[in-house]
Amino acid sequence: MSIRSEVIAQFQKVAKEQDKCLAPLTDDLSFLDSGLDSLCFAIIVTRLEDSLGLDPFTSAEDNGFPVTLGEFIKFYENAAK
Amino acid sequence: MPQSDQTSLWHTLVSAGNLQDRFVSGASATVRLGELLEGTSLRECAGELCGRSVIIAPADQLTAALTLVELDGVARRLILCPPDLPAEHFSFVIETVPADAIVSDHPITGNYPSVGPRVICSPQIAAAVPDRRLRFQTEWILLTSGTTGAPKMVSHTLASLTGAIGYSGAAQNPLVWSTFYDIRRYGGLQIFLRAMLTGASLVVSNAAEPAADFLRRAGRHGVTHISGTPSHWRRALLTPAARSLDPQYVRLSGEIVDQSILDGLHAYYPNAKVAHAFASTEAGVAFDVRDGLAGFPASLIEHGSGDVEMKVEDGSLRIRSTRTASRYLGPAAAALAGADGFIDTGDMVELRGDRYYFVGRRDGVINVGGLKVHPEEVEAVINRHADVRMCLVRARRNPVLGAVVVAEVVPSEARSAAKAWKAELEAEIRSLCLETLPRHKVPASIRFVAALDVAPTGKIRRQP
Repeated sequence: MSIRSEVIAQFQKVAKEQDKCLAPLTDDLSFLDSGLDSLCFAIIVTRLEDSLGLDPFTSAEDNGFPVTLGEFIKFYENAAK
Repeated sequence: MPQSDQTSLWHTLVSAGNLQDRFVSGASATVRLGELLEGTSLRECAGELCGRSVIIAPADQLTAALTLVELDGVARRLILCPPDLPAEHFSFVIETVPADAIVSDHPITGNYPSVGPRVICSPQIAAAVPDRRLRFQTEWILLTSGTTGAPKMVSHTLASLTGAIGYSGAAQNPLVWSTFYDIRRYGGLQIFLRAMLTGASLVVSNAAEPAADFLRRAGRHGVTHISGTPSHWRRALLTPAARSLDPQYVRLSGEIVDQSILDGLHAYYPNAKVAHAFASTEAGVAFDVRDGLAGFPASLIEHGSGDVEMKVEDGSLRIRSTRTASRYLGPAAAALAGADGFIDTGDMVELRGDRYYFVGRRDGVINVGGLKVHPEEVEAVINRHADVRMCLVRARRNPVLGAVVVAEVVPSEARSAAKAWKAELEAEIRSLCLETLPRHKVPASIRFVAALDVAPTGKIRRQP
């Protein structure tokens, strides 16, 4: 499974579990408009660490938290390189 | 029976009677208490230990039990050394107390300037005419399992240790006690003293003995009363050897007792009364609960329990009684009790209806984006699932909220044999949590594991 599809799958899964209405997942979707709250993002990051074995937030230099879905996916893809 | 200052373990044990039939069983040997009337485990060296500050350091529990029986009232001080104490802590304890004699079942060779006699003890009772006249009100020093660093040393007397032990007269059918705990820790020591003072026998475990062998040995000796932590019991019930026991009484302590373990034990041993007790090395035994329900009645706080007074302050349980330890030892020892004489247990409680429930340790709180979570309250919910044997909840660092809650779960054998069980069981556990807990307390990740690590204290190991 590609990183992109795994990230998107987790967004959908967590939104469903947490009973949130998820906006259409496009690369330029801003997290503020996604319908998810910070707890949802915390859960997504935890699940991706489990499934991809990646934790880009500790390995990356201080680049700040990505703000769109496209940046987020890129963030994980870069960490996998 | 609250012990008067004028007695010793040996004298009370003798007055409880029936010495020829009573025994202490260990992994390697069984000793009849009557053998000690004209014999010793100390190879006739007990005299050398009179008035001394003795560190009790046998590897084997049975031998440790015998030396405690022989030396209370004779030695000035007994320091109970758990078998897993690291070498550097052993020297720290010797220097800090200080100890001037060592009793062990194996030669201890370190250089300890304060130590005089080093006495070898053994479960092979040697013929002797023991002199066990009461000379001292022996100070008992217990070590508490600090999570890191040097152990804390806590001072008790036989009277403070036995304040919770009621004496109901010689039972018609003598009781046989056992415990998963090591008797050199508070929980195990309570069972050892209870057995010795109330005319019972005792089956002790051994760190090197597989749990199944211990359970079968306990079964062979007809154990009627047995104690341990919920983690001890969750593990024991995984082995078929737990069927070799048919106890009348099962006692839980040392960790939070949730309804699922009470119900589980009740179903497994329908003939047994299942009780749970609250105690700590510092605060002593506070109370036990026998109604089969988790938590404890709020009325206990108002009315106390016997000579134990309790209150809840800043969310934690505080205890004042004659059963509490008197002090910590050591150069920078903190005060054990507050100015009002109450000891803060650090155990957080929550009032729901007319009962208090333990929710966790004050120092174990997970901070999820500013919201507090006690791992134990989440574990109690996960443990309700019929296909969960044990679980551990802990914090995982998280870039969004600082930390999130994650869980490791040991599934039942039957469930983990089914097809595609992982995703289903994970979803079931998650819905159970979502139904009962606020969102931030629901584990962000649930991982299935074959086993969880239980520390020598019998408590689940929380540090990774």
